[in-house]
Amino acid sequence: MTPAIELIGIDKRFGAVHANKDITLEIAQGSIHGIIGENGAGKSTLMSILFGFYAADKGEIKIKGEPIRIKSSSDAIAHGIGMVHQHFMLVDTFTVLENVVLGAEGGRLIGPALARAREELTRLARDYELDVDPDAIVGELPVGLQQRVEILKALFKGAETLILDEPTGVLTPDEADHLFRILGQLRDQGKTVILITHKLREIMAITDHVSVMRRGEMVATKETRKTSVEELAELMVGRRVLLRVKKGKATPGQVVLDVKNLTWKDRKGTPRVENVSFTVRSGEIVGIAGVSGNGQSELLELISGISKPSSGQIIFEGKDIGILGDPRHVREEGLAHVPEDRQHRGLIASFDASESGILGWQYDESLGHGFRLDRQAVIARSKKDMLEFDVRPADPLLKSGKFSGGNQQKIILAREIGRDPDLLIVGQPTRGVDIGAIEFIHKRLIALRDEGKAILLVSVELDEIRSLSDRILVMFAGRIMGEHGPEANERELGLLMAGVSKDAA
Amino acid sequence: MDLYVEILASTIRYSVPLILACIAGLWSERSGIVDIGLEGKMLIAAFVAASGSAVYGSAWIGLGLAILTSVGFALVHGYAAINQRGNQVVSGVAINMLAAGLAVVLGNEWFREGGRTPALPPEGRFMPLEIPGISALADVPGVSIIIKIFFSHSILTYVAFLLVPVTAWALSRTRFGLRLRAVGENPHAVDTAGISVAKLRYMAVIITGVLCGIAGTFISISLSSSFVRDITAGMGFMALAALIFANWRAWPALGACLLFGFLQASGTFLQGKQVFGVAIPVQFINMLPYLMTVILLAGFIGKSIPPRASGLPYIKDR
Amino acid sequence: MAARSELPVWVDMALIPLLNLFVALVIAGLVVLIIGENPLEAMWIMLKGAVGSLKGWGYLLYYATNFVFTGLAVAVAFHAGLFNIGGEGQAYMAGAGAAAVGLGLEFLPWPIVIPLSILASMAVGAFWAWVPGVLQVKRGSHIVITTIMFNYIALSLMGYLINYGFRPVGKMAVESREITSAYIMSFREVAREFFDLRLPSTPLNFSVFLAIAAAFAVWYLLWRTKLGYEIRAVGASPEAAVYAGIRPDRIIVITMAISGALAGLMAVNEILGAQHRLVLGFVQGAGFVGIAVALMGRSHPLGIVLSAMLFGLLYQGGTELSFARPEINRDMIVVIQGLAILFMGALEYAFRPWLTALFFRPED
Repeated sequence: MTPAIELIGIDKRFGAVHANKDITLEIAQGSIHGIIGENGAGKSTLMSILFGFYAADKGEIKIKGEPIRIKSSSDAIAHGIGMVHQHFMLVDTFTVLENVVLGAEGGRLIGPALARAREELTRLARDYELDVDPDAIVGELPVGLQQRVEILKALFKGAETLILDEPTGVLTPDEADHLFRILGQLRDQGKTVILITHKLREIMAITDHVSVMRRGEMVATKETRKTSVEELAELMVGRRVLLRVKKGKATPGQVVLDVKNLTWKDRKGTPRVENVSFTVRSGEIVGIAGVSGNGQSELLELISGISKPSSGQIIFEGKDIGILGDPRHVREEGLAHVPEDRQHRGLIASFDASESGILGWQYDESLGHGFRLDRQAVIARSKKDMLEFDVRPADPLLKSGKFSGGNQQKIILAREIGRDPDLLIVGQPTRGVDIGAIEFIHKRLIALRDEGKAILLVSVELDEIRSLSDRILVMFAGRIMGEHGPEANERELGLLMAGVSKDAA
Repeated sequence: MDLYVEILASTIRYSVPLILACIAGLWSERSGIVDIGLEGKMLIAAFVAASGSAVYGSAWIGLGLAILTSVGFALVHGYAAINQRGNQVVSGVAINMLAAGLAVVLGNEWFREGGRTPALPPEGRFMPLEIPGISALADVPGVSIIIKIFFSHSILTYVAFLLVPVTAWALSRTRFGLRLRAVGENPHAVDTAGISVAKLRYMAVIITGVLCGIAGTFISISLSSSFVRDITAGMGFMALAALIFANWRAWPALGACLLFGFLQASGTFLQGKQVFGVAIPVQFINMLPYLMTVILLAGFIGKSIPPRASGLPYIKDR
Repeated sequence: MAARSELPVWVDMALIPLLNLFVALVIAGLVVLIIGENPLEAMWIMLKGAVGSLKGWGYLLYYATNFVFTGLAVAVAFHAGLFNIGGEGQAYMAGAGAAAVGLGLEFLPWPIVIPLSILASMAVGAFWAWVPGVLQVKRGSHIVITTIMFNYIALSLMGYLINYGFRPVGKMAVESREITSAYIMSFREVAREFFDLRLPSTPLNFSVFLAIAAAFAVWYLLWRTKLGYEIRAVGASPEAAVYAGIRPDRIIVITMAISGALAGLMAVNEILGAQHRLVLGFVQGAGFVGIAVALMGRSHPLGIVLSAMLFGLLYQGGTELSFARPEINRDMIVVIQGLAILFMGALEYAFRPWLTALFFRPED
């Protein structure tokens, strides 16, 4: 039987990033094919190429054995490919019917198309458990139903192959189960489904085949029933050489940060951080591992006072700082924060380096009395920081945006460490940072630990977590899945990161 | 009695340019392009219509030229907003100034009357239509009032009123309307459905241009008989207020424009008169449309929600 | 973003504005050509009319004073990421404040009345901008739309106030009576009274120093105070501002009030300085010129002073031109203004790609 889709030698670069390296993949007709990998493994890029969102630099795409060219989404749709994006492509103010017919109206008036869609929806609802009220306003539907509308859209346009990008990220477990039943029925009726995910449970539950991607490469393709969770976790994470950071044994002191039953719900009421509890002691580094988007960013925002908890406590040196919900007060209590998003939060690209170097401390009396901001004091401080942290070029007047990633991070680190905090929380300290600066930053963090400071480290780089942390917590879907020592192996951590807890596996 | 008839008849007259401009703005803003340049496009159209009619002796030629010019200005705004991803508010301000300046400069040069265009004879204007047989009914009591209020208008008035159901229908029932509404709410959804965002928005901008062209023409050669400096007197902004007041929908827009037209008409007629023994300063009636819009926007009465993507340039990669 | 940072600073700050101005002038020149006049000759007449005599300079600086105030008002808001198109209304309303204090406290000597009157202008202007700021922060209505609406509300309200409040009984012209202390503002009056000098008849007055002081104060505020730092942080990156413990809502409201106060100062130049009485519609579009001035001045006080003088030159030169060549109406300035805003604001990226290509040096 000819495969539904063949990707042959697909190659794609974004500037210096080699997102897809010579990828070849066959997807069998009438099957569910999972694609699994960590953040930045290149899964989404590959599927965006198939759906015509990006053009590949090299390579060939065949559908049912026929070589085709996909230049835009409309080409992909015309060839029977439908995609359910991670962020839904729906018009919130439209009814379900209107969303479904958009782009497939079939004539100048939409009346006939709406009638046809209504009939078709009834049929699809019957065949695949895809019930949605056709006249409901999409924006008022819960997320799970919105996703169904996306699937209906694709099917109405005649999709034979359906790509779903991380479809369960926004769903409750019940909704996810329902989705899997739908996907199963689609397969049974002869449709082909491609499922992009980082969750092993899903792969094992519903796919027929699974391909593993790692750092832009296609590592392996397996028949799902002939593989195991352990094998996949290992393939996904890979056996990597640990970045060796010289560090002695930690000598943890008293508890500095005590997070108790912390929960935060987003505007739609979905919990993004759920019942999280842990402690950080002085003189230790606690690392939080996990695939991005599993609540780590929200956790950092809660602890730093940018957002307020829905429930639970954040006890910092005996004081509940969660109820303050104010970054300035939290900072004054002695908590420093190196944010994940360096470009948009950690500094201001259009400000010069000396100005970014005081972000968060701009009101401080040492930088000018009363309402004044003493430019000389700001520059002097920046010069001192730059020398101490080896920022290059050591020019306080250069715009922050013009420094390299590593030097920007050093500017931020200097600012945050410079006020002698008791606790440092760090998000993605070395994302987009060159090797030399990584080493410098890692050494600095260890030194800080050895001075007796408490450090909470969040990173999606497992290597980094493993080489720096004294204890490792793994976050998944807003919860802490488990705790390991620094000696834990890839497989154990990989399983937790993919949502498989110890007792389940 | 006569006063009320007069007020109602002139309510309709004042409403016409508001309706045209408001519906013009509706097309643009529903596609996601904010247009505060309605005033300018109306003004330049008013000038071109009056000039064209004066030179060529035909109101229709005036109308045609006015529409062409207004569409030209609309396309400049479209280019800035769609291709250049420029600030749409800034572009609108620029269009308003450009129009105000050009109309007076060119008018002054062409007609040497300080920016005013020559007074037009009736055949150069859009005059009230003679509806066959209607004069026979003019003597019937009661009916004459209705005729005076509803059937004493030029063809452009009927066009304006017809525009409302046509727009409502086109937006809700046609493929173009569906896609246009979609692009104003979520251009990504339109793009991933394989439809060109830019093409849709250009179409919307052109429709806006055409309608502003008709609105301006009505002001200079139907409502009056020549163009004078600042003849639109903020009607473009009042139309914008009406559009917000109507929550960007066609039928409510008609209601808002009639309401604002009525306020203008009563303002004119109540000047210096007393109502229930109290003199109402006309300035307060004049400011009502704007005040009501501010209050509505602030959500104190009802709620007004603009199309979600309005004012934002479309950038493909997320 | 990445492409923008490729360009040297002087290209961004000076070359692009001048290039845009040049294109605007070329198009305006085409309009002059269409009219059948010589654009170069027209330009020469404008230049001579504006800077060829003491009187020309007087008018140039008087116009520039207005534009410095309204330009600063727009620029301060820009720095916080806000677009205040309500300068027109804020300045107009401020006129009522200036006149109310100037006339109401007439019995006091000028050293008390004038400063109080200036403060009143600022306070009323600030209030007229503060309300839209509060409405955005508390009620979610957009400042752009609210300030437009407030312009028209001001138009009607001032019409009423001048007609029924300020106009003396029996006076035909719709204006207030003369503010007696205001003569002290005028260079011409002061020169005649105290120094027995005869200056050419121009409306230039002490507000011009106020404008320079305001420009300096805005520079100081933005780059030498903690509040200014917070204003710029909110404008450049609201996310980073929140991270830094700055409350954007608070900054928006404060910035709008400052912006309105600056726009309000324009009334000082007109009402106290030039007219010595409150007159109908005295703002005459200066609020909108402020947008062009701020865009061309790159929102920097020094740039604003320079571009305000450029627009002052256009205004004074344009007036002279319309006397010398009646075929070219004075509203030609409005055309140039419109073109300047179009190219500086809405099409500002139009020339950037090929300038970037010109300046781009491949590097590793």
